[in-house]
Amino acid sequence: MKSSYFDNKNTLGLLFMLPAGVLLLLFLTYPLGLGTWLGFTDAKIGRAGEWIGIENFQFLIGDSVARLSLFNTLFYTTVASVLKFVLGLWLALILNRHLPFKSFIRAIVLLPFIVPTALSAIAFWWIYDSQFSVVSWTLSKMGLIDRYIDFLGEPWLARLSVTAANIWRGVPFVAISLLAGLQTIPSSLYEASSIDGATPWQQFWNVTLPLLTPIIAVVMTFSVLFTFTDFQLIYVLTRGGPLNATHLMATLSFQRGIPGGALGEGAALAMLMVPFLLSAILFSYFGLQRRAWQQGGSDK
Amino acid sequence: MSNKRRDLLKAGAGVAAAAAFPMIWAKDAHAQWNSQPEKGAKLRVLRWSRFVQGDIDQYMKNVQAFTAKYGIEVRVDSESWEDVRPKAAVAANTGAGPDIILGTYDDANLYPEKLVDVTDLCNYLGKKYGGWYPTCELYLKPDGKRWIGVPLGATGSMIVYRESQVKAAGFDSFPKDTDGFLRMMKVLKDKGTPGGFALGHATGDANTWCHWLVWTFGGKLVDAKNNVVINSPETLRALEYSKELYGTFIPGTLSWLDPNNNKVFLDGQISVTNNGISIYYASKNSKDPKINALQTDINHARYPAGPAGVSSACHLFMNQMIFKYTKYPKAAKEFIRFMMEEEQYGAWLQAGIGYTAGPLVAYEKNPIWTVDPKHTAYRDACKELRPAGYAGKLGYASAGALADFIIVDMVAEAASGDKSPKEAVERATKRAERYYKV
Repeated sequence: MKSSYFDNKNTLGLLFMLPAGVLLLLFLTYPLGLGTWLGFTDAKIGRAGEWIGIENFQFLIGDSVARLSLFNTLFYTTVASVLKFVLGLWLALILNRHLPFKSFIRAIVLLPFIVPTALSAIAFWWIYDSQFSVVSWTLSKMGLIDRYIDFLGEPWLARLSVTAANIWRGVPFVAISLLAGLQTIPSSLYEASSIDGATPWQQFWNVTLPLLTPIIAVVMTFSVLFTFTDFQLIYVLTRGGPLNATHLMATLSFQRGIPGGALGEGAALAMLMVPFLLSAILFSYFGLQRRAWQQGGSDK
Repeated sequence: MSNKRRDLLKAGAGVAAAAAFPMIWAKDAHAQWNSQPEKGAKLRVLRWSRFVQGDIDQYMKNVQAFTAKYGIEVRVDSESWEDVRPKAAVAANTGAGPDIILGTYDDANLYPEKLVDVTDLCNYLGKKYGGWYPTCELYLKPDGKRWIGVPLGATGSMIVYRESQVKAAGFDSFPKDTDGFLRMMKVLKDKGTPGGFALGHATGDANTWCHWLVWTFGGKLVDAKNNVVINSPETLRALEYSKELYGTFIPGTLSWLDPNNNKVFLDGQISVTNNGISIYYASKNSKDPKINALQTDINHARYPAGPAGVSSACHLFMNQMIFKYTKYPKAAKEFIRFMMEEEQYGAWLQAGIGYTAGPLVAYEKNPIWTVDPKHTAYRDACKELRPAGYAGKLGYASAGALADFIIVDMVAEAASGDKSPKEAVERATKRAERYYKV
């Protein structure tokens, strides 16, 4: 009886999936559900909230700082993701060639990704410091500037500076992942196309890119998600300043929800990120997973 | 003998002499405390990480003395002071965590019903040590009857300046009014020795001086009934003033967080800023001869008074909360009592060279405030402190408005010219009304 029970494929499958299912329910579904619920309440730290419907969302839509944080997040994510992709792909193509000390160089490239975010943020804090910046110091010694650059003090410069720091940190992840994808492309395809007289650009466009798109879809989905929900870099570098110019939705959500005590409003702000994240995921899956194109046909 | 060494010896002798003599205030003979800690008690304390080394060194010595006396093991964890609030909130919400948390500002007002009533302890300490300053009651006795936490004191954020540079600007002493202050700042800028005050999201430094600025011109965020009244002619005058003042600052202050002004001051790039006594402490204890030499030139002053005659600021208020989930409330109370008694607390004040000002009147007499005249400005931090939610009631709204940098953003927007004073104050009004729910 017992052995037949465990011989059942479905039962066994269910049993094996159970630990993962419990973990997902406990650590993913429950917090997400709780966050969603809190977003519709006026919960404060230390005080359970009451249902207030969409009041938090209505306020946030009319709140200039929340709107600015949405703009900042979209700008930060778009610019950083596009540049991370371009630079990452470029780096992957270079690393895919036969270079001297190839393994060593690949390990070095991964360094920015390995360093804890808080640590690299502190390094950038010094690089961008209004009085002690090594960049400003160098440019000043070279006679190119006569006053230090206020990297984190001017709103637009601050936005660009934190975006640059994010790109520096994120490029290795994209590059190494794409490199793994590049190495799965059989060299025979390049040899065949080269016999057919394909130029390097045609090889890239008709061989490399179509075969790389599945991994691009996955990598860019992760990259967009990580960037959209970034917190540590901003928290260490600017705390959302100057004049809220670098506040992302994640940092503002924390500021309002935890130090500010407005758990409901903080949760609502975090929930507002979900539609954007879902859109990014759907775009990656439906926009980039063009299987017919990968196989030489055209999408219907 | 060098001046520095002589000063140190004098300071040490002063402290030793004062410690050897009985306290010069009359202790209340009727102050009685009788409480027996629970048997087998163990305590966990969460506190903010030290700002000055002497603080944590002496605090831990006091903890060891407590353990030696009562046989109660005490584990002390430290977190960055801004991280204590979320941890305390989680403890309050979940009903589990450290028995005692050293919090800041109006933390205790966020979950008063989760805290052990410490009225008996506060009454005892107040009676014994000359009473609590009124601000302590504003923060921790919100209903006027029940104490929800024991005040620990306030770390003052005062004006820190270079005496030689202020003198070179033609001022024998630090100006006492806002007109003189602005004149001095302009001259300092012209002489290439500008001042600088944080305008980024610097929780301590930016909040302190920006609140002072609004208050000293007669503005305030809310009235006594929690109505938002920041949009006033007084606030607009403060913001107009901030534009002129900002013009005298070293570039980059819009991005400054709490550590920036310390680094820049100790590097000799600015002549005036606002800070705790930690800049002076760092200079005194620095092994770098250049930084160490600064100590003779550093001095401290109260904020200048503006048209409203106010030189108060929202210094960092600190409290000690016992959570109801503790198994050992009596031991926790005994611990706090022990730490607040003169023998321990006085030594702690001295070890931190006055980084924290006492909440009890008697601690004004601690020799640390007079052994070096440069300490004196910090003595009254707790006495003259105004809560950030002035003049309203403290609670979720005041905590939220402070954490959301409403006043700092308003001053930064107007000072930098990003918005006109009118636009900046209108935006601040709208944001504040959300917290104070119109």
